[in-house]
Amino acid sequence: MSEQNLSWLDEARALIGHEYGKVYAWDAVNQPMVRQWCEAMGVDNALYLDGVSAKARFGANVAPPTMLQVWVLAGLNGRFPEGSATDNPYEVLQIIERNGYPSVVAVNSEQSYRRYLKEGEKIAFTSQIESVSEEKTTGLGTGFFVTQLLNFYDEADALVGQMRFRLFKFRAPERARPADKPRRPLPGISDENRFFWDGLKDRKLKIQRCTACNTLRHPPGPACPDCHSLASDSVEVSGRGRIYSYSVVHHPTLPGVPQPNPVGLIELTEGVRVVAGLVDVDPAHIEIGREVEVDYLECADELVIPVFRPVGGA
Amino acid sequence: MTQQLNGQVAIVGLGATEFSKDSGRSEIRLATEAVLAALADAGIDPTEVDGLSTFAVDNNPEREVFRQIGGKELKFFSRIPEGGGAACGPFLHAMMAIATGVANVVVVYRAMNERSWYRFGAGMQGKAPDPFFETTNFGWYIPHGLVSPASWVAMSARRYMHEYGAVSEDFGRVAVAARDFAATNPAAFFYGKPITLEEHQASRWIAEPLHLLDCCQESDGAVAMVLVSREYAKKLKQTPVFLKAAAQGTAHDQQMMTSYYRPSISGLPEAGLVARQLWQMSGLSPKDIQTAVIYDHFTPFVLTQLEEYGFAGRGEAKYFVREGRHARGGDLPVNTHGGQLGEAYIHGVNGVAEAVRQVRGSAVNQVSGVRNVLVTAGTGVPTSGLIVGAD
Ligand SMILES: [Zn+2]
Repeated sequence: MSEQNLSWLDEARALIGHEYGKVYAWDAVNQPMVRQWCEAMGVDNALYLDGVSAKARFGANVAPPTMLQVWVLAGLNGRFPEGSATDNPYEVLQIIERNGYPSVVAVNSEQSYRRYLKEGEKIAFTSQIESVSEEKTTGLGTGFFVTQLLNFYDEADALVGQMRFRLFKFRAPERARPADKPRRPLPGISDENRFFWDGLKDRKLKIQRCTACNTLRHPPGPACPDCHSLASDSVEVSGRGRIYSYSVVHHPTLPGVPQPNPVGLIELTEGVRVVAGLVDVDPAHIEIGREVEVDYLECADELVIPVFRPVGGA
Repeated sequence: MTQQLNGQVAIVGLGATEFSKDSGRSEIRLATEAVLAALADAGIDPTEVDGLSTFAVDNNPEREVFRQIGGKELKFFSRIPEGGGAACGPFLHAMMAIATGVANVVVVYRAMNERSWYRFGAGMQGKAPDPFFETTNFGWYIPHGLVSPASWVAMSARRYMHEYGAVSEDFGRVAVAARDFAATNPAAFFYGKPITLEEHQASRWIAEPLHLLDCCQESDGAVAMVLVSREYAKKLKQTPVFLKAAAQGTAHDQQMMTSYYRPSISGLPEAGLVARQLWQMSGLSPKDIQTAVIYDHFTPFVLTQLEEYGFAGRGEAKYFVREGRHARGGDLPVNTHGGQLGEAYIHGVNGVAEAVRQVRGSAVNQVSGVRNVLVTAGTGVPTSGLIVGAD
């Protein structure tokens, strides 16, 4: 990807491996916090809770290893204790954000442990950016996976555990937000026509068919005017046809409707006619008989309407 | 069978308010004024009224109009759906009610502040979707911005042009002739304001191929007429204007202005159905008509109606208007009051009133030797028509 060569990305990657910290814990490993954490997490292991098992095995109460990061979280005010480093470990995210990737989501977190932490120990941590991926596109959008490595140390500066924390720093795809979709007058929906409007949401143009005599009919209705059967289904049609007639509407003007507004009466290849807007046409040069094909216009209120454009361009 | 109705019922009273863009009073007031004026014109006391008929879209209930005029016993009341397509329908219903003895004095009325209170031209907007049939049906058009009557007609008009070679100027010739008649009708909104074909062509687009000047006005006003039997009519002060025929029509695969799914959309088969019934009931043919009121909410359908009623061959109405046969001095002057393009848009009932005046001989743009006048109603919808004439 060409983005790899961008200077701002080089600037971000230059921060890889730089160590931030050290940051200290507010409190020593303590039994009340362990008990609350176990309650909240539904952990009932006697090793952490009975005050006896751990002492017998390790000579002290111990904390669940998974609590590793709990001991070094910032307070609600966002501050760390006196003596902690104040450098910003998230510089790299700020650089990426400045370059058009405003959103962030946590992807995963992996921890590894060297030993149990004992009651009364006070730990600290440092962090570094371990990697910045190439630009990737996911269901969420386009951006960069950033992996942060946190190292946790005891008071003797010995490593007690590590955590890899992965983020996706991204921008959402350029898709029209609901507010940007044209708001069109809404059709009334009934049992007779629901298939038509639902079909459009799946980008399918469907026409009612009499299941007794196989005649297509539009607009749909409860009975077949040819054989009087009340039985019907619907079939997806080709979406191809010809302009049978048209009007370019100038008045009244409606919000969400082109001005002027070319509208066609389309005779589909299958023989039925439907009314729909014409797109990619010059309103001054619309030809009856011109071959057209269907497309789908997403409107506000979850309405999708068919539109037709000339086959092979205007 | 229907021939027996020919001439059995007459229009004997005619009333109307002024036509404006802002009446300054309620619709029920307009309705009451027009009904009382029509009864006074007929010389019939309001207490004799025992029937009322109007449009389904009229906002003034029969019971309230009846209460306002001091009516005693109302035995017949009916409403016709389909907007302007109703224009001649109440006359058919009144005719049948009177001819069968169900009612003796029926008043037809239409009153609206269409311009100052609502404006049909704004189209279908801002209505919450529901599963009712009409709402689901509008759903085939309104999400695409096809929300107004003009736009629905435009689709048919464009196909008509494509098939028959009619051009925008042909539609313009209808508008120019109507405005010419309106220019000499003091009751017309466009009194003293004729237009040229160039002005028609230069007027802004509403829904191509319709220019602004292809579209009727939006108006406030009311019109009412009194109908009684032939026998009763002969005792009254006005020269009776006989209903020689009246009919309604809905044709195969009919929709409300969007009958786009028929094998052909360049005709108006519902108008053709009304025409056949009118000629059959009246025993008349197009050559027996001296002047016609052709419903003109939008000019293209005037051409189509000239064809459906048999005044021109299919696709040939363009020649009819190019020769000016519909205009002042033509052999079939059309819409001598100025039509809804020039006089006012009272849903076609002001056109029935003009037909009555032409038969009475009291029209401002009187055609000489009028024996029979054809009146048509709203097009593209289930429609109606009538023929009035002298005895
Ligand atoms: Zn069938």
